[in-house]
Amino acid sequence: MSVLVEGLTVRFGDAVVLRDFDLAVRTGELLVVAGPSGCGKSTLLRAVAGLVPVAAGRVVVDGQVVRGTSRDRAMVFQDDGLLPWRTAQRNVELPLALQGVDRSGWRAAARRWLDRVGLAGFERHLPRELSGGMRQRVQLARTLAQRPKVVLMDEPFAALDAQTRADMQELVVEVLREAGTTTVFVTHDVDEAVRLGDRVVVLGTGEVDVRREAILAAVRS
Amino acid sequence: MSARWVVRIGSLAAGLLLWQVLTATGTTAWLRFDRLPTVVEVAQRLVEQAGTAEFYTDLTASLGRIAVGFLLAATLGITLGIVVARSKVLGDVLQPLLEVVRPIPAIALVPIAILLFPTDEQGIVFITFVAAFFPILVSTRHAVRALPTMWEDAVRTMGGDRRHVLLNVVLPGTLPGVFGGLSVGMGVSWICVISAEMISGRYGVGYRTWQAYTIVDYPGVIVGMVTIGLLGWVTSAAVELAGRRATRWLPREATA
Repeated sequence: MSVLVEGLTVRFGDAVVLRDFDLAVRTGELLVVAGPSGCGKSTLLRAVAGLVPVAAGRVVVDGQVVRGTSRDRAMVFQDDGLLPWRTAQRNVELPLALQGVDRSGWRAAARRWLDRVGLAGFERHLPRELSGGMRQRVQLARTLAQRPKVVLMDEPFAALDAQTRADMQELVVEVLREAGTTTVFVTHDVDEAVRLGDRVVVLGTGEVDVRREAILAAVRS
Repeated sequence: MSARWVVRIGSLAAGLLLWQVLTATGTTAWLRFDRLPTVVEVAQRLVEQAGTAEFYTDLTASLGRIAVGFLLAATLGITLGIVVARSKVLGDVLQPLLEVVRPIPAIALVPIAILLFPTDEQGIVFITFVAAFFPILVSTRHAVRALPTMWEDAVRTMGGDRRHVLLNVVLPGTLPGVFGGLSVGMGVSWICVISAEMISGRYGVGYRTWQAYTIVDYPGVIVGMVTIGLLGWVTSAAVELAGRRATRWLPREATA
């Protein structure tokens, strides 16, 4: 499923966070959007997710203009986004329950995805009983259980230690490739961008920094 | 029995002993303990009263008023708290009305309750309801507004609609705040039910306590006060326990 961002402008009150921004993500591609804090990376993801109103321009996903949220576009948050009153298993079951899958179907699928991210045996743990890396694994399992066509990842590993982050990067690339989803991954870490992305876009102040994008492309090749 | 329980029971026993000594010796050191009944007199009066049907009629009358008033307040307070916090339109319509009525102490509404309701019983339940309603409403409203938006965003990007967000995020996520309001509401509703019973009741622990005062039965007054204290403690503990069970997911400090 392709993602096309055309002339996107997003405002919060008087502040323009993104101005006339264009971006194209090919089906199955893992595109990394890098850039410093406050440059509008997260806002871009939220606009693609349908979580923020667009002042001008449009986001087109698979030929359809985005007018709100959809289960086809899943979001992975920096602070794990898990519901703290649900166990790991019940967090992963949630998107399946919302999709109307029958209860026995949820359970089996949730267990399978937890197993896939290396968390077999932790099904009954609450998020507070898991480490930061494990919580991100649960979030990844939850996202994959949703079977989205597009995954939007908002600095999901920013709070993790170096080793856990490296493990998670490896896991993410592996499972997203396996699932064949189109992914937009936001980070402020250039190393992470180079390591993960099929392509890297660098955001300056709400606009694509073509010069740095070219340098990164050279580094990658 | 753990050392902490020994301390707790010891503290209660020391309080009772002090009371007995001060009243039995008729101590008058600015405060006049010579006119107060001793612990033994109160205990004797409690045993006497516990043997009468009237005592249990009063107990069930007060508990029934609390149960009905508090449950109505919980239902309406939680519902309106969520509505006011989640809907701009309904917030604009309801909030000014609620904010004007909120500062009025529930007990000051007794004359209105007497005029408004056909029976005293309904008036007392109304006072109990009003007392618990506002703490529950305000706590719920704050809890809804304090919810991290990320949880709602997560459910929405899973394809969830407003109903899914309400059921999967708002209701469970606000429980800690809601139970804070229920705890406060239960305490205030006891204060108000007793006061309302003293003013316009025909049965109830508050009515009986006031009756005891008017016939100069001071041990009876203290029995009434102790009964109110125990009932308030038991019902508040029940709310506290329900809250702890419903919010097991919260991080808690380990207690010995």
